[in-house]
Amino acid sequence: MDVLTPRTLDEALRYRAEYPNALPIQGGTDVMVDLNFDRARPETVINLNAVRELRSWRRDNGAVWLGAALTYTEAMESELAALVPALAEASRTVGSRPIRNRGTLGGNLGTASPAGDALPPLLIEEAEVALASVDGERTLPLSEFLLGPKKNALATDELILGVRLTPSAQPQTFMKVGPRNAMVIAICSVALVADRERDELRAAFGSAGPVASLVTAPLGERDAFATAVASAASPIDDVRGTAAYRRHALDVLVNRAIDRCLV
Amino acid sequence: MKVALTVNGEAREATIWPGESLLVMLRDRLGLPGSKNACEQGECGSCAVLLDGELVCSCLVLAAQAEGRAVVTVEGLAANGELHPVQRAFVEAGAVQCGFCTPGLVVAAADLLDSNATPTDDEIREALAGNLCRCTGYAKIIDAVKAAGTAAAGSP
Repeated sequence: MDVLTPRTLDEALRYRAEYPNALPIQGGTDVMVDLNFDRARPETVINLNAVRELRSWRRDNGAVWLGAALTYTEAMESELAALVPALAEASRTVGSRPIRNRGTLGGNLGTASPAGDALPPLLIEEAEVALASVDGERTLPLSEFLLGPKKNALATDELILGVRLTPSAQPQTFMKVGPRNAMVIAICSVALVADRERDELRAAFGSAGPVASLVTAPLGERDAFATAVASAASPIDDVRGTAAYRRHALDVLVNRAIDRCLV
Repeated sequence: MKVALTVNGEAREATIWPGESLLVMLRDRLGLPGSKNACEQGECGSCAVLLDGELVCSCLVLAAQAEGRAVVTVEGLAANGELHPVQRAFVEAGAVQCGFCTPGLVVAAADLLDSNATPTDDEIREALAGNLCRCTGYAKIIDAVKAAGTAAAGSP
């Protein structure tokens, strides 16, 4: 095994083109588990820690740019939390402090788990994912980037640059069901925004279908919305919970989220 | 491959297998077995160290990612033969049973008190949520963290 540590984005993209089977690693909270348990033995690992272009976040012409290397700890900090509050709430539910210090948004997108905690909050804010290769950049809606459980639209020569979204500045929240308040992979989760400006409720569920998915309805349909979200989900029975429980929990969570956001 | 880094204030170099974790490098290459190896998936917190001052699970850091960086392990907390206030408080409060989880808890508690010297019970529980103790409850541990914080806040 080889570890390549590019210093710039250009260098990282060149490595990515040259070693299409290489495994990119940033925070390591998913990748290291696979390495530690012998589930992955890539010939080449591309360590992205030194690539400055992927870090941090910035305001960008009314939008917000979140670098792929943004950590959950950074997403919880007050200035960004004010702009994307449901993402900050979701970030606080991720693992523990040491996990949040290392785990990144880009990693959540790369792993593309149906339970990825950052995904529902990004979906309700209609985030777009920016990808790059040596041939250039492309952008696609997050809903089109997520293809299935642990499957995404990233090509083998591409890296995830980050996410762009325009904050709705509307009341929003994130909720997650699990046996503890910490260290939990969601049994199911919901992010919801009550967007008065667009007269729209947007909810996205996690861990209740092959991908985290968005459901929308006019504000006037609030009474039927929880049932609509629960019916849009396609949960399965697994070690963490049953499909029936997940559907029921989604219904409860969406109603609570509406109460919280539409006072 | 070789990795050069600073560990507990000292320049160190190790020859590693490229796929190994920072935890393995610390324990097996650098002779620092204080950080414990239990779950290897970030669930238990017993391998907690500071990487450039930030609390991390060393089992989830690729050793090669520590190149050029500064690591502080539980061995680096005591200074001049004096226990770190958190270590002293753990001893005095009886917050140690088998001791396996203790190094990770001590590092995580020291990290918490560094930014918040007088945490509430809820803040302590949230900060230590990723550290599992399977011997006993967490009551004595929380007592110890509070005592260490109060002692540090009260000292000049």
